[in-house]
Amino acid sequence: MALPITYNIRNVFVRWRATVATIAGIALVVAVYMIMQTMAEGLEKSSQNTGDPRNIMIVRKGSTAESSSQVTRAQLKEFNYLPQIARDAKGQPLLSADVVVLVSLPRRDGSGEANVLVRGVSPVGMDLRPQVSLVEGRWFTPGKREVVVSRRLSPRFANFEIGGKFRTGGKELTVVGILDGSSSAFDSEVWMDADESRSIFDRENYSSVLVRAKDDAAGKEFVKRIESDKRLPLLALSEVEYYAAQTKTAMPIKFLGNFLAMAMSVGAIFAAMNTMYASVGSRTREIGTLRVLGYRRRSILISFLLEGAFLSLVGGVIGCLLALPLPLLGYSIGTLNFETWGETVFQFRMTPMLAVKGLAFSVIVGVLGSLLPSIRAARLPVIAALKSL
Amino acid sequence: MAENIVTIRNLSKIYRQGEINVTALDNISLDIRAGEFLTLMGPSGSGKSTLLHIIAGIDRPTSGECHVQGIDVAKLNESQLADWRNQNVGFVFQTFNLIPVLTAYENVELPLLLTRLNSKQRRHQVNTALELVGLAERKTHLPRQLSGGQEQRVAIARALVTSPSLVVADEPTGNLDSQSAQDVLGILQTLSKSAGKTVIMVTHDPKAAAFGSRTIHLEKGELSN
Ligand SMILES: Nc1ncnc2c1ncn2[C@@H]1O[C@H](COP(=O)(O)OP(=O)(O)OP(=O)(O)O)[C@@H](O)[C@H]1O
Ligand SMILES: [Mg+2]
Repeated sequence: MALPITYNIRNVFVRWRATVATIAGIALVVAVYMIMQTMAEGLEKSSQNTGDPRNIMIVRKGSTAESSSQVTRAQLKEFNYLPQIARDAKGQPLLSADVVVLVSLPRRDGSGEANVLVRGVSPVGMDLRPQVSLVEGRWFTPGKREVVVSRRLSPRFANFEIGGKFRTGGKELTVVGILDGSSSAFDSEVWMDADESRSIFDRENYSSVLVRAKDDAAGKEFVKRIESDKRLPLLALSEVEYYAAQTKTAMPIKFLGNFLAMAMSVGAIFAAMNTMYASVGSRTREIGTLRVLGYRRRSILISFLLEGAFLSLVGGVIGCLLALPLPLLGYSIGTLNFETWGETVFQFRMTPMLAVKGLAFSVIVGVLGSLLPSIRAARLPVIAALKSL
Repeated sequence: MAENIVTIRNLSKIYRQGEINVTALDNISLDIRAGEFLTLMGPSGSGKSTLLHIIAGIDRPTSGECHVQGIDVAKLNESQLADWRNQNVGFVFQTFNLIPVLTAYENVELPLLLTRLNSKQRRHQVNTALELVGLAERKTHLPRQLSGGQEQRVAIARALVTSPSLVVADEPTGNLDSQSAQDVLGILQTLSKSAGKTVIMVTHDPKAAAFGSRTIHLEKGELSN
């Protein structure tokens, strides 16, 4: 009972002079929305990539960031030989007591300083985090004031290359290696030896402790054990859970993306409305003719709504394509992480779901914009429509 | 003899424009027999188009009755009227009114998309209609690629394609050169003579009217012969 969709598609393209500005406007709105969403998606993904399901994280109760958490050496002694912790070949517990410090370092481009998260790890710290690998140089030697920086931080901070030296805590540190965190939160970190870090930054305590549980059941038992020990003001939870909760930083980006899209879509809706009113106006006689042929008011209404939706969808597809190069080329971006207060670096990330959202968004803009023009088209009296020029 | 396909009794159409009433049709009674080629003449503003529109079910009378094949067209609601037009009337306009973005074939197919015919049946009917107007080889052309005369022939094919019993044409040759007009009038004449269709045509041209089997005259909304 409906007009063929090819009729609408051709009308959109035949009138391209009138529609191109509207399509461009909608493309722009969708592109902005998509870029913000791919950013938020990438940020969330980096949190998701970080945790290992076998690992358990221990931090001070109530501290949201590792850098503000404290685990004393006395506390560590209470649990570092618990039987639930897995052991290596030499019988040593798989446990890394980390020291996390935020240091302010000059950017490579000279645009001032930014916070970098420096993680001091125990020797087994690397084994507990298999997603972190050395891509260049070598790992640091304890006692030699050496660090390994992430590949993604390297272009962003001065002297972050092999052989580069920078001063912090009154000491000079040398970069001896580059690490890759496979798109995890470790991509935004500098690593060094934990005990050396404590001495350089004058820290009495550790920030957090990461342990590998023997198995699932042992892990649960370990968590329960830490929780029930009233003397320990500590929180134990799976590493996956810990990082999954670290999505706060993506929230303002998502919010801003949604807000911008909302605000801009009002303009896009009016642009679509304008275009569709013009289209209905110039096709009045055509509408009258279709009605004479037997097409009902409702068919006309649906046809014009579809046309508006299609018009917008073209804009939506272009918008998605415009937002694609950033994630496709693996472009990474840095922002202040609201959890760690350090510079966090992550990649734009496009997912099929995001693309569907962007396209759906454009279709909604189109349908809303063409609603009134379509109703006008459907309500045209046949005789009056036929007499129009 | 053939029975009446259109029966009009005491039909009036009055347009109200504020204080002024314009009487477009004034108490008209008329019978049209099936298979007739009736031509409708009269000065501008005499109500020819108005009468045609009421018979074709695209306008409603102010009073009186217009039965087409026994159906009181004015009593149908909007949707019923749309379906009725699709099945029973083919309309040919002075300005052709083809859809510019659709090919000749697609234009002719438009009324059939509202029927239950499948695509194969539709193709058969579209091809038959286009052959009848001599444009079978112009199927893929857009209206702007056709001459005025060819456009009007496509429009006639579109009016015929659902096999309606009634074909109405409002000054179909008004925008055509004399040769194209001849072609169009010839086709309409054939429709009534060979295919048994009832054709009602409005025209200003006595030569065009001569193609019809009967001519009636309208004057200020009244029949005048
Ligand atoms: N919508 C309308 N509102 C007011 N008056 C109208 C309307 N439509 C038609 N009329 C009037 O009705 C009368 C008949 O009009 P109609 O279009 O039927 O004339 P016509 O015989 O077809 O003329 P023409 O040969 O110029 O096409 C005219 O006086 C016209 O002004
Ligand atoms: Mg007229």
